[in-house]
Amino acid sequence: MKPFTRIDAKAAPLALSNIDTDQIIPKQFLKTVDRIGLSKGLFYDFRFDEAGTEKPDFVLNQPAYKDAGVLIAGDNFGCGSSREHAPWALLDFGISCVISTSFADIFYNNCFQNGLLPVVLPAEAVEDLMAQARGGNHVISVDLAAQTVTAPDGRIYGFEIDPSRKHKMLNGLDAIGETLQKAPDIDVYESARALDTPWLERA
Amino acid sequence: MAAKTLYDKIWDAHLVAEGDGETILYIDLHLIHEVTTPQAFAGLRAAGRPVRRPDRTLAVADHNVPTEGQALGAAAVADEEARLQLLTLERNVAENGIEYFPMGDLRNGIVHVVGPEQGRTQPGMTIVCGDSHTSTHGAFGALAQGIGTSEVEHVLATQTLRQAKSKNMRVTIDGTPAPGVGAKDYALAVIGAIGTAGGTGHVIEYAGEAIRALSMEGRMTLCNLTIEAGARAGLVAPDETTFDYIRGRPAAPKGAAWDMAVAHWKSFFTDADAVFDREVVLDAAQIAPLVTWGTSPEDVMPIDGRVPDPTSFATPDKRASAERALDYMGLVAGQPITEARIDRVFIGSCTNSRIEDLRAAAAVVQKAFLEGRLVAPHVRAMVVPGSGLVKEQAESEGLDAIFKAAGFDWREPGCSMCLGMNPDRLAPGERCASTSNRNFEGRQGRGGRTHLLSPAMAAAAAIAGHLTDVRDFI
Repeated sequence: MKPFTRIDAKAAPLALSNIDTDQIIPKQFLKTVDRIGLSKGLFYDFRFDEAGTEKPDFVLNQPAYKDAGVLIAGDNFGCGSSREHAPWALLDFGISCVISTSFADIFYNNCFQNGLLPVVLPAEAVEDLMAQARGGNHVISVDLAAQTVTAPDGRIYGFEIDPSRKHKMLNGLDAIGETLQKAPDIDVYESARALDTPWLERA
Repeated sequence: MAAKTLYDKIWDAHLVAEGDGETILYIDLHLIHEVTTPQAFAGLRAAGRPVRRPDRTLAVADHNVPTEGQALGAAAVADEEARLQLLTLERNVAENGIEYFPMGDLRNGIVHVVGPEQGRTQPGMTIVCGDSHTSTHGAFGALAQGIGTSEVEHVLATQTLRQAKSKNMRVTIDGTPAPGVGAKDYALAVIGAIGTAGGTGHVIEYAGEAIRALSMEGRMTLCNLTIEAGARAGLVAPDETTFDYIRGRPAAPKGAAWDMAVAHWKSFFTDADAVFDREVVLDAAQIAPLVTWGTSPEDVMPIDGRVPDPTSFATPDKRASAERALDYMGLVAGQPITEARIDRVFIGSCTNSRIEDLRAAAAVVQKAFLEGRLVAPHVRAMVVPGSGLVKEQAESEGLDAIFKAAGFDWREPGCSMCLGMNPDRLAPGERCASTSNRNFEGRQGRGGRTHLLSPAMAAAAAIAGHLTDVRDFI
């Protein structure tokens, strides 16, 4: 996993609530056996019409936001399907941070597995960032080590994050490798469990 | 000792190790399917890591399978990408010694129908699957959660999940429902009451006399839709209804092990003085047959109501979302929802494709049929059983004959039109009465308009040709 430390990037405002993972990446792009190249499906129905032509109104199609690295979105971002293709598509497009008032649990988890930083801020902060992102200067800074978002006008917002998730994200650590270091604990648990619930042992 | 909730007890029974913020939780059962696993197996292969417990893993093919011609096998699937995913799954399970019910096998079907049907889903377990509707299995008093593909890889490699504990929420539904009202309506009522983010960060336990009175199928519908309220898992404490359902199923414990298992399962309940972080109480008698009007599962209304006015919503954000939803759905504020003329009916999905769901729908269809009424001429209606075994059971009861005589299409099992990843999907602008779980924009096909409702309501809509009150049909 690529570490996330700090980015200075253009922020795109997407002021809709309950953006679900079907909207982030529609079903036809899930029929892949790869994790790469999914940016073509990102927000597909927002970005393209039925003929496959770009819709100029959509924020990520506007010249000012085409190379956005941060997305600012409404409440409950990433609800619905567990598809990890959603963070894969965002990252492949170049977006490595999403700021919202709240995220759905599974999407939030999936972000941390991939080095995509989900930042939760209070409604007033998100509204301010959203308003500033609509303006001429919309470059913001997100610093994970310091846990801060710096708005275009220099205003700084602090955010909370679980310390172990922060550590893994900053260092790009592999969760499986870390858990496998606890293999003796898993062995002990399994031996005890085999005695408690022997009917579950099928091997 | 402090009083514990059912969730606390299952959590505590699966602790392998605790660290700063995250716990390593043992996973008893890992269900897998073709869409969210190829990248996980590729990751294992690249790192040279084996599957730790193939015996605790079960694979099915459900999301992108066509609902006809399944006997021809995966190699005959016309969609090239879907075929590659199915064949990749076949290779992955064969290489790793994982039990697999391939397309066309009587035991295959939607993963959340198959697990319980085979007796693999049992009380007190931890269950995961790369699918958000894994919450379904909570109906058995199992902690069942949807996970992403990276976590699927983690579980395959370690048989554990790293997780922070959620909060406890209890939804109590007491009272007796009116005829025509059931588990789907309870679930939509809960989502309508707390919103699609209402359960975020929580595990919801369902309690109360109306929940106790539900069959396992009903409890599965309710727990299935818990994810649409934002909670990763729903729970119903196991009781005799649960044990009766499991008894005799292929993976159910037998003989002396059965008694031992039941004694173990009976330890999974919430202590009388346990405290929940949040409590919600509903009265079953106050719940009408419900239907969604918008593009979020929280957009619910009684079938005899009028489409809400966007200006009636509290915040600018909500007003904008409601306006966008009405525009997408082709509805006008203030119009009776029963005026919505439908083009399609879909009875199926992991929410409502079990035998009881098909019986409820068939009962409505049969009564109408005996009065000389068929599926409305402009409506294409389909029934997709949740598994080969559900299909077989329904056929042995003659339900397929009722559906077919009335003009329904009787299909082979799979996720079908719930998510439109396979050939079953809506055309732009088509309006569908659907027993599935998500009315998101484009969910059932680009531009498709989905109204979520119960199987009986869907059956009634098929006959009427528009959304209609099932209470007029029973």
